[in-house]
Amino acid sequence: MTPSRELAPSDRAVYLIDGARSPFLKMRGGPGPFKAAELAVQAARALLLRQPFGPEDFDEVILGCVAPGPDEANIARVASLRLGCGDRVPAWTVQRNCASGLQAIDAAQRNIRLGRSGLVLAGGVEAMSHAPILFSDDMVRWLSEWRRSRGPVERIRGLGRLRPAWLAPVIGLLKGLRDPVAGISMGQTAEILAYRFGIEREAMDAFALESHRRLDAAGKAGHLAEISPLFDREGNNYASDDGLRADTSMDRLAALKPVFDKPYGNVTAGNSAQVTDGAAWIIVAGEEAVSRYGLKPMARILDTRWAALDPAEMGMGPVHAATPILRERELGLRDVDYWEINEAFAAQVLACRSAWKDPRYCREVLGLEEPLGEVPADRLNVDGGGISLGHPVGASGARIVLHLAEVLKRERGRLGMASICIGGGQGGALLMENVSDGA
Amino acid sequence: MSGKHWQRERDASGIEWVTLDVAGRGTNVLSGEVIEALAGIVDELAADPPLGVVIRSGKPNGFLAGADVNEFTGLDGRDTALAFVRRGQDLMDRIESLPCPTLALIHGFCVGGGLELALACDYRVALDETGTRLGFPEVRLGIHPGYGGSLRSVRTIGAPAAMDLMLSGRNITSRTALKMGLIDVCVPKRYLRKAAEDMIRTRPRLHDSGFMKRLAGSAALRPVVAAVLRRKVRSRIDPGHYPAPFALIDLWEGAGANTRCWLEQEAESVAELSTTATARNLVRLFLLQEDLKAAADRDAFKPRHVHVVGAGIMGGDIAAWCVLQGLRVTIQDGNPEALGATVKRASALFGRRLKSPRLVTEAFDRLIPDVPGHGASSADVIIEAIFEDLDAKKALFADILTRAREGALIATNTSSIPLEALAADLDDPGRLVGLHFFNPVAKLPLVEIVHGPTTHRDTLDKALAFARGIDKLPLKVSSSPGFLVNRILLPYLLEAAAMVSEGIPAPVVDRAAKVFGMPMGPVELADTVGLDIGLHVAENLSSAYGFEIPQRLRELVDAGKLGRKTGEGFYRYRKGRPVLHGPKRYDADPDELRDRLVLRMVNESLACLREGVVESADALDAGVVFGTGFAPFLGGPIRYLREAGIDRLRGRLESLEQSRGARFAPDAGWDNLPGLIDRATGGATGPQD
Repeated sequence: MTPSRELAPSDRAVYLIDGARSPFLKMRGGPGPFKAAELAVQAARALLLRQPFGPEDFDEVILGCVAPGPDEANIARVASLRLGCGDRVPAWTVQRNCASGLQAIDAAQRNIRLGRSGLVLAGGVEAMSHAPILFSDDMVRWLSEWRRSRGPVERIRGLGRLRPAWLAPVIGLLKGLRDPVAGISMGQTAEILAYRFGIEREAMDAFALESHRRLDAAGKAGHLAEISPLFDREGNNYASDDGLRADTSMDRLAALKPVFDKPYGNVTAGNSAQVTDGAAWIIVAGEEAVSRYGLKPMARILDTRWAALDPAEMGMGPVHAATPILRERELGLRDVDYWEINEAFAAQVLACRSAWKDPRYCREVLGLEEPLGEVPADRLNVDGGGISLGHPVGASGARIVLHLAEVLKRERGRLGMASICIGGGQGGALLMENVSDGA
Repeated sequence: MSGKHWQRERDASGIEWVTLDVAGRGTNVLSGEVIEALAGIVDELAADPPLGVVIRSGKPNGFLAGADVNEFTGLDGRDTALAFVRRGQDLMDRIESLPCPTLALIHGFCVGGGLELALACDYRVALDETGTRLGFPEVRLGIHPGYGGSLRSVRTIGAPAAMDLMLSGRNITSRTALKMGLIDVCVPKRYLRKAAEDMIRTRPRLHDSGFMKRLAGSAALRPVVAAVLRRKVRSRIDPGHYPAPFALIDLWEGAGANTRCWLEQEAESVAELSTTATARNLVRLFLLQEDLKAAADRDAFKPRHVHVVGAGIMGGDIAAWCVLQGLRVTIQDGNPEALGATVKRASALFGRRLKSPRLVTEAFDRLIPDVPGHGASSADVIIEAIFEDLDAKKALFADILTRAREGALIATNTSSIPLEALAADLDDPGRLVGLHFFNPVAKLPLVEIVHGPTTHRDTLDKALAFARGIDKLPLKVSSSPGFLVNRILLPYLLEAAAMVSEGIPAPVVDRAAKVFGMPMGPVELADTVGLDIGLHVAENLSSAYGFEIPQRLRELVDAGKLGRKTGEGFYRYRKGRPVLHGPKRYDADPDELRDRLVLRMVNESLACLREGVVESADALDAGVVFGTGFAPFLGGPIRYLREAGIDRLRGRLESLEQSRGARFAPDAGWDNLPGLIDRATGGATGPQD
């Protein structure tokens, strides 16, 4: 192997070596059994154990997370130290909303290409069930005044000024799932896309049903070996994604009421991603580290891309991020063997597929002379996605990259594209090439 | 200025810093020579008082560990003991009566006489670290504080807290000590000096125990409080076996307001106690324990990562213990439920021992459930703790050795399979060693280090260092069936089962053992261990030594009544406690019951010595006490044999042989007494280089 330092930065090869994730645990009212840092630590331990190098050999640890707990500032550093990487491995947390996990991998590959790092632990984590409940600003203002009050008389007087309405809690999670600029919820952006591309309720529910069926089949076939079990302190172990509804049906899905645009909308809890806790990690390495430790890469990162668009149509992000990669490499949609498009909403994934088929959208929005065509359904999210296994926002970007590499290896595919839509109106995409033994 | 054991320095502000650094020892102790030296310094300071005196230690491991136990064993009677105690008391009195403020600057161990010296100072400043430990371990040696500690601790923190500290013998951290009022200030290292200087300059009011605590010690309430204390202690221990705690309560109850008189009585009480067999045996055990510790060279091997295979009770608890001692542990088991159970038990242990949530999280980060067993390839120590099946274990070692690091210690926790059989097919059989832990791992300090004729010296040294490194007491035993502890314990348990088979009620059997001094009766112990496990070990050993297995034991196992874990064994259990039923009165000679139980142990002990399972009678006594909880005040089976009389016990054994059968036939070792128990047996199969 040619020593990488003689290569121009852009020519340095970057590999995905190995990865692991926690099972994704659905929020069932109240905080789940694991905080974000705990998820991140437990998900990585088995992964690190099976490497020929030690945790202290990483050049850096990068972790994506949208909302770490108040006691988890720079959660990447918390996880890194708790994993035994030692005092001297730098660690930093990245946040690009729903793509934070993908952002971590992109940051890792960029530092490797620049020659600043050789071996990076990158991933994403989110404990959505631990999202804080907040006091309103009015309440906080009152509280700080009341604390300053002196003597019992003043304090009782202060109580008199308290308005019951101020006691209403602010649900942090709902704030996070609402676009602060466009003023609409994520679910409403999906409704907007469904309207624009004429996607019916039945198509959404059929997509959701298929997502559950595929996840169920993958589990039974042993295709989810990427999962490392979690153990809580009461002795329970969590070995699989618990949002799976293997018994769901079109009738059951049809019975659900819309949650975002009541009463006329089509986006339901059944055809949206689940609110979930989880973590995913992947080891990213340059050629030097690969040869030093004798690593066996799964895939090589060929390209990554970020794009931005109207926040009200954020679900179209994957189209905007992936198209330029395809265009520059003169690839058609079918030249990519396997696709992961993160399932935030069934309507949103279906809208992406429709957009590439739509001559007008391709011409007017993407600037293409011809429509790109169709992503084959049997090559897209082959083992299920956010609808069946959940979408812990910070973790999903890392999960789809990891799982896509596993799928390419298993199915002996060559090219894979992982892409994700991002609240706030962005999209991210990563193109990889299978370099595993099965390539 | 400096002397053999100390340095002195008076700083610019006039504070005298006395640094104790006892020559030739790693730990500061109050030997006669040190007491004399200190007394000399105190006299000089009294003649020319500085602004204040700070007493501190120059040893990294702690302040001061108390009296020199070796000197203590040399005392040959009440009068010499009295002189010994008074000498220490006198030093403390002189420190107390210095005209300037005095302060003890404490780090690490500050126990026994060390704490008494600290209490004789006006102020105590301690380092805020978990390694700072204060306590009165005297009751563990069969005595109680004698250098004025009983008086000064009560005066400082009140009778309830002080008596609890002295009666339990436990160590507390500096933070707990601060809450109690035993110390005045608890600071990190960077403020130790500043805090000491500040206290001496500002001379804050002396700490006293507070009104409520003084009330508990008032003349009116003292008899009531003393009665409560006596009842509490009596529920744990028998005054006939352990007189010291009761003597301490008597001392406090009887002591009046006159401190001179109190100190007088304290000295006499300790002198009296020091002549008892209990104190002699406990001190000997303490020294044997130090010997076991010294047999390991901790620096020889410093593992960081332990891989345990098998998440049963033993494997899981060994893993949790190693984590608690700071190691990183991977625990392998194909069954995630078993790993979950391990985590749950570890959670209870960590919560109890570590308390702080941050430390508990740190511990859990070091405990890694490892279903596929990846940890084996990076571990420094690999311990096999799967079910007792020769073929399964052999297959496991064959696999492990392909993945283990060169130089990793490979060990088995088997309790019944000979090392030779396990190692037979290995390329290098000398690499395998036994690390036999005892259940419950967190309570029993012993680990048998099992070696065979081919075991490498280097492997054995590593095993000793590892066991010591996780704060266990390593005992070398040769690889014969049952090793030492189980082999000696089993005849005792089988005899108890035989008695129950004969129709003697289990509580009667257990009572006989407890009167003798065992912490738990044999029938309850068998139920606690698990009758299936007990039967398995019994079958294994009976083929080697011809033990008879009582019918009742087989019946219970066949009926699925396996003891405490299934809710019924010899006893029935409700909420984990045995339910007593059956006749309260039973006409059995308690002496005969005792002799049947105990003599089978003593007889087996002599067999072990004769065969050279351990190197000496001392090692045997230590092993049986620290591995089974055998009545510590009796000092072990061989010590008991010596004190009860060889001829008398042999006679009892022979008459039992006639009345009860061949299992009481005296071992050939009896013919070689007292030689066998007086010297180290030469025939031990030592390891080869």
